[in-house]
Amino acid sequence: MIRIENLVKTYGAVRALDGLSLNVESGVVYGFLGPNGAGKTTSMRILSGLARPDSGRAWILDKEIGRPGSDVRALIGVLPEEPAFYGWMTPREYLRDFIAPLYHIHGQVAARRADELLEIVGLKDAANRRIGGFSRGMRQRMGLAQALVHQPPVLLLDEPVSALDPAGRKEVLELIETLRGKTTILLSTHILADVDRVCDMVGIIARGRLIVQARRDDLLARYVTPLFEIEAGDGFGNWLEWVEKQDFVTNVTVSNQTARVLVKDVHQAQKPLLESLARETLSVRRFEMVQPSLEDVFLRLTGKEA
Amino acid sequence: MFQTLLAKEFREQWRTWKMIVFLAVFLITGIVSPVLAKYTPELLKSIPNLPAGLAEFIPTPTVADSVAQYLKNTEQFGILLVILLTMGVMAQEKERGTAAMLLAKPVSRSAVILAKWLTGMTILLAGLLVDGLACLAYTLVLFEPLPFGAFWTMNLLLFVYLGVYLTVALTASSLARSQAIAAAGAFGGLIVLLILGSLPRVSDYMPGQLATWGGSLVLKGDLTAWPALGVAAGIIVLALVIACLRFEREEI
Repeated sequence: MIRIENLVKTYGAVRALDGLSLNVESGVVYGFLGPNGAGKTTSMRILSGLARPDSGRAWILDKEIGRPGSDVRALIGVLPEEPAFYGWMTPREYLRDFIAPLYHIHGQVAARRADELLEIVGLKDAANRRIGGFSRGMRQRMGLAQALVHQPPVLLLDEPVSALDPAGRKEVLELIETLRGKTTILLSTHILADVDRVCDMVGIIARGRLIVQARRDDLLARYVTPLFEIEAGDGFGNWLEWVEKQDFVTNVTVSNQTARVLVKDVHQAQKPLLESLARETLSVRRFEMVQPSLEDVFLRLTGKEA
Repeated sequence: MFQTLLAKEFREQWRTWKMIVFLAVFLITGIVSPVLAKYTPELLKSIPNLPAGLAEFIPTPTVADSVAQYLKNTEQFGILLVILLTMGVMAQEKERGTAAMLLAKPVSRSAVILAKWLTGMTILLAGLLVDGLACLAYTLVLFEPLPFGAFWTMNLLLFVYLGVYLTVALTASSLARSQAIAAAGAFGGLIVLLILGSLPRVSDYMPGQLATWGGSLVLKGDLTAWPALGVAAGIIVLALVIACLRFEREEI
């Protein structure tokens, strides 16, 4: 459905994409994950026809992007990271009189579709207000509505919920879930919880390259690494320095008095960890082996790449 | 698709008051020109303590003064207005991000430029129409009827002349990534055209000559400026082609 082969894109000295390749199957919600500056937006811009790669090729529904006579734009709906609108228009006007006719949807059909979408994205009550007065969250909902006007087979969503409050985020993610199976969605985000919630497939990108691509559950299974969570009442003192230097430890993160220690082998690590904690006389409240989350996999992979 | 883009442009010009302000200024220009031509000499004569005999040297205004005022005011305000109307139209879309939203949809980039150009030219034509009608009416009341055919031919020449500035400003806007650069480009184009128009011999071929030709037509002179008309049309076409080609290749 979406195929990218070896895309390279540079901006001056910055190599935004460095041989990116990926494959998105039909009907899946594909989480395009990466830290800021990884190349997600550049990829989206190339797929939308707004930018050209220096080299490499990309296809949507077997149509090659950028090839003369092969315009994919009627097949895709695009939501940029910061959707922009004409402030003097109302949402209803924008969808019914401007966007819908661009896809050859006119008259009553356009009016019905506009109202339906405004209802879906929760902007029905603001249908006749000027977009100029909208909050960022409202603009993002509006952006989603305009991407869905022509019921495209492919949706490219760049950080679709980043500007929304928790309730709005939940609603939009639920809406994305309803499109699963009918629409192929490439969803770029740096919020792992969103990917965990709605995505079937995950591609992790860093420094313009795809590090890994797999079904979400396969990814967790493949990269499942034993992880210890240790909670200490009075902090960790010098123990953190010691643990980071150990060969059996691959990554350590600390937040809210809890250290998460990724290890290569649980049996090899368990004993020295417990001994070291006892040696440092830390007030340990909890010592637990837990299942790693997608976030741990992401941090591990992007950390390794960096 | 072109119709949708065109409708949006007209609606935008109307809803953001640009079209109304544009037409109002042209209307005022059309009214004020014959009035100024008629009453400026009388105002001068009414200045207290005017040196003896000077009043006799102030000529009685004629219809030629009305036409000259009209040409001068329409030219000056017209150039300023078309540049202000047009210089931001493309750069603003790029700067605000609306261009990226639009161009991710199945629209031709050249169509976007042409819709903006056609909108600007239509508003300019409407402006000259209200300007001309007002001038015709006030000249009729204050002086005598103007030769109808010659007057509107003069306005058509003004339309082409001002169209050059409008197209150059639009091209500057499509080449620029920000409104500030677009404004600099538009006024830079204006300065270049004005300098070329003031050079001996070269001026005969520059668009400014169209206003002189128009005035001559109304006042039954024998001046023509066909080369200037050709150059003006050439500048418009060339500027449009540059704008379209550049925008087709631009990354948004």
